[in-house]
Amino acid sequence: MPMNVEHLVTMANQIGAFFDSQGTRQEAVAGIADHLKRFWEPRMLRAIEAHVAAGAAGLHDTVADAVRQLQQAAA
Amino acid sequence: MPSLRTLDFGTPRRSATQEVALEVDGVAVSVPAGTSVMRACIEAGSKVPKLCATDSLEPFGSCRLCLVEIDGRKGYPASCTTVVEAGMKVRTQSEPLARIRRGVMELYISDHPLDCLTCSANGNCELQDMAGVVGLREVRYGMDGAHHLDAKKDESNPYFTFDPAKCIVCSRCVRACEEVQGTFALTIDSRGFASAVSAGANSPFLDSECVSCGACVQACPTATLIEKSVIEKGQAEHAHITTCAYCGVGCSFRAEMKGTEVVRMVPDENGRANHGHSCVKGRFAWGYATHKDRIRKPMIRQRITDPWQEVSWEQAVAHAAGELRRIQAKYGRDSIGGITSSRCTNEETYLVQKLVRAAFGNNNVDTCARVCHSPTGYGLKATMGESAGTQDFDSIRATDVILLIGANPTDGHPVFASAMKRRMREGARLIIVDPRAIDLVDGPHVQADFHLQLRPGTNVAVINALAHVIAAEGMLDERFVAARCEPEAYANWKRFVLEPRNSPEALEPLTGVPAALVRGAARLFATGGNAAIYYGLGVTEHSQGSTMVMGIANLAMATGNIGREGVGVNPLRGQNNVQGSCDMGSFPHEFPGYRHVSHLPTRRQFEGAWGVELAAEPGLRIPNMFDAALDGSFKALYVQGEDIAQSDPGTQHVTAALGALECLIVQDLFLNETAKFAHVFFPGASFLEKDGTFTNAERRISRVRKVMPPLAGLADWEATVALSNALGYPMHYEHAGQILDEIARLTPTFTGVSFESIDRLGSIQWPCNEQAPEGTPVMHIDEFVRGKGHFVVTEFVPTDERVNARYPLILTTGRILSQYNVGAQTRRTANVAWHAEDRLDIHPHDAEERGIREGDWVGIASRAGETVLRARISERMQPGVVYTTFHFPGSGANVITTENSDWATNCPEYKVTAVQVSLVSHPSEWQERYRRFSEEQLRLVETRKPALT
Repeated sequence: MPMNVEHLVTMANQIGAFFDSQGTRQEAVAGIADHLKRFWEPRMLRAIEAHVAAGAAGLHDTVADAVRQLQQAAA
Repeated sequence: MPSLRTLDFGTPRRSATQEVALEVDGVAVSVPAGTSVMRACIEAGSKVPKLCATDSLEPFGSCRLCLVEIDGRKGYPASCTTVVEAGMKVRTQSEPLARIRRGVMELYISDHPLDCLTCSANGNCELQDMAGVVGLREVRYGMDGAHHLDAKKDESNPYFTFDPAKCIVCSRCVRACEEVQGTFALTIDSRGFASAVSAGANSPFLDSECVSCGACVQACPTATLIEKSVIEKGQAEHAHITTCAYCGVGCSFRAEMKGTEVVRMVPDENGRANHGHSCVKGRFAWGYATHKDRIRKPMIRQRITDPWQEVSWEQAVAHAAGELRRIQAKYGRDSIGGITSSRCTNEETYLVQKLVRAAFGNNNVDTCARVCHSPTGYGLKATMGESAGTQDFDSIRATDVILLIGANPTDGHPVFASAMKRRMREGARLIIVDPRAIDLVDGPHVQADFHLQLRPGTNVAVINALAHVIAAEGMLDERFVAARCEPEAYANWKRFVLEPRNSPEALEPLTGVPAALVRGAARLFATGGNAAIYYGLGVTEHSQGSTMVMGIANLAMATGNIGREGVGVNPLRGQNNVQGSCDMGSFPHEFPGYRHVSHLPTRRQFEGAWGVELAAEPGLRIPNMFDAALDGSFKALYVQGEDIAQSDPGTQHVTAALGALECLIVQDLFLNETAKFAHVFFPGASFLEKDGTFTNAERRISRVRKVMPPLAGLADWEATVALSNALGYPMHYEHAGQILDEIARLTPTFTGVSFESIDRLGSIQWPCNEQAPEGTPVMHIDEFVRGKGHFVVTEFVPTDERVNARYPLILTTGRILSQYNVGAQTRRTANVAWHAEDRLDIHPHDAEERGIREGDWVGIASRAGETVLRARISERMQPGVVYTTFHFPGSGANVITTENSDWATNCPEYKVTAVQVSLVSHPSEWQERYRRFSEEQLRLVETRKPALT
């Protein structure tokens, strides 16, 4: 069973809300991606990546973009 | 081994740089200007008799025993109240002095019981000593006159007695209560011969304002105020210096012993965190260490519904290791983890994280700082470059303005509160930001200049409003910022705080704080001299905890209040070793010394030292572990010295997660709430039973010394070593000092730290290395640890936890003086005399609206759950806000708190829960369930099967 995605979405959006205020959109996306990479355990990242792949319901745009950026960097 | 009786210099040390030379009994001596003649005499080696003088108190000059002769002076001045002058020639002994002193003692003894041989202070009584010193041989007045020998003894305090029959009215207790503690609970009642020490308005001690800090007992020169433990056990015969295991002040204590039994704990006057002061917990509440509830043998069971089976350490460790390896084989390497404890030593914490990283093979390690000060680590690292407070406690002595945010030091950090109050009596000003009217808002002899009584959850808005005023009114320290901080980030921040939406007027409807108060507080902070910020969990335990910490750092940098005595950013840590447990690499993303696990050179360093490949990705945090347990990917947990089932938010979520584990290993003194869900129990060792170090809130590393053997046979670190060995990852330590040596080898800020260096220096504040071989009291002096200070834009984001018609009140939780954290220790002491249950504080207006009276049972319902407590009507609360503590498990305070957490660290939002409160007539459903479960678990431990021998 995957991690509780609803909770992960809430957490990710909170992170997004902070970085949204830190500069340009590009900087916000980079900041969110860096934060997720530095602090989220891999199974949490996998769960949020799967959620983004499934349509990213409830996830703010910048957060979804940050998750995609992480996936691209890992690929 | 330290002496039981330390040399008392009679009056305090003075700090003047100018020296004054004089002569005492023909011996030349030089002392700082302002020193008393008494102290100079004692420093010169001449003992002056004294009774009303002691070096923790200012001179008083009442006993007239310390008289001396000074060339050129008439009469016989009291040496305690006479200040040294250059060229003075002092004589401490002469026939006239001897005659006067004998006369004084004769008067004292004429109204004192002559029961020395059976007196509890026999062998440790200054009155007895002075009678011997002056050569008292008779009492010419007889014992038949008016006297106080029939005065009634007050035994109301659980820890000490007050026997007025033995009182010599020297006022040391009264002065200690005023000068050292700052409570002013004691006074001298009446006049002349009728003078008597009185607690409050002639109340019994227990009913008075006395906070049982023990300063009066320590100051008393006779048996008038004496510990009940000394009455019961007699005088100690040896002592060890060790460190308190309660709050983050980290007081140094002298454990006075008889064999392996503690007779009393006395605050160490050489302790640099506490300077000889203490609080009711450290001074008196140590009886839990030998409480009958201690579990002294390891236990195992298959299911949590099974009775416990006592086993040997070898069997318990082998079983635990077998289960961990079985689970990893079945569910994967990352299916297990561990939790370190802020109540354990640095060495033990270090070993648990090493066990997880090296033996478990993952980074699933976290610590209870997750639920208290993890935002401090994040916020201070981001802005200034180091996850720690900037000052030592003594820095308060040079502070002019104190900004206290979300902390209640008189309850949570009482010894530091006394230092704070002392500085306020000297003239320092105080600004308090707190939803509640804490004691410091309006206390005896101290009042806050400003109390910004904000709505819970609006901290960031208030800090932005303060910054707005400082920026808009030209009070920024532009020179400091230009020299010390990143210009672009500063410009962004300044632009942000200057936006009209961040003005106090714009934010007043949100915060509830009148704009004029914010403006006044901002002006005082920015222009009142050295300004220091102290904060507690009222800052960190919010959805924007990390943002608020960065906001605090911004404010300190913007006003130039960093990098010298008297200023700084000072997190007040809750537990004794929160700082240390964080330093030791307890977080899942960091190695010891706050270095990220993905940093290759650091990882290579640890891999080289530990001889094993280490994971490069962060592990699960505590709340993530719960979620993963419920999702089925996390199956085993080793918890050392924490009680997550009581302390963590959303109790029903936590206990469901614990119930989903296949193997829960708990190491603790008692069968705590978490252990009720355990499959393996390792009996823990108290701070009295092991060697190691604690690191307090000011980064001070102090020794913990074993004063008695571990009751269960192993110190906690020895159990971790055994578990690691059984897992096939051998650890080789013969002594805790070797663990600290390894920490020093691997942690750049600890390279100069060892048992030897701590013993030599007394204590050490890290960083301690080649650049700072004796430690670092004040950080960021010439530059920030990260180089330039980094300003961060702190946009206010309201919490998701909102009040509505169904949940119209905000609950905030906290602590009380007499109890500590989950109460596992203090509930097992006589401290329950002050706080025997958690209550719900509610404002009279909210209570009246609901028909609630003092003591009524009320239900508190939130989106997470419901519990029932008795109500206490309190004007400390603002309307719309209720408050409770979480010291008793049956209270279920964390049944109500939610899973909301800080955006950066997942630190729970304990301080904001929307609730409804209503009159009820029976416990909540959860409480009924808890009672049944708990009774069954206690039965299972009481009926445990003994180990086969």
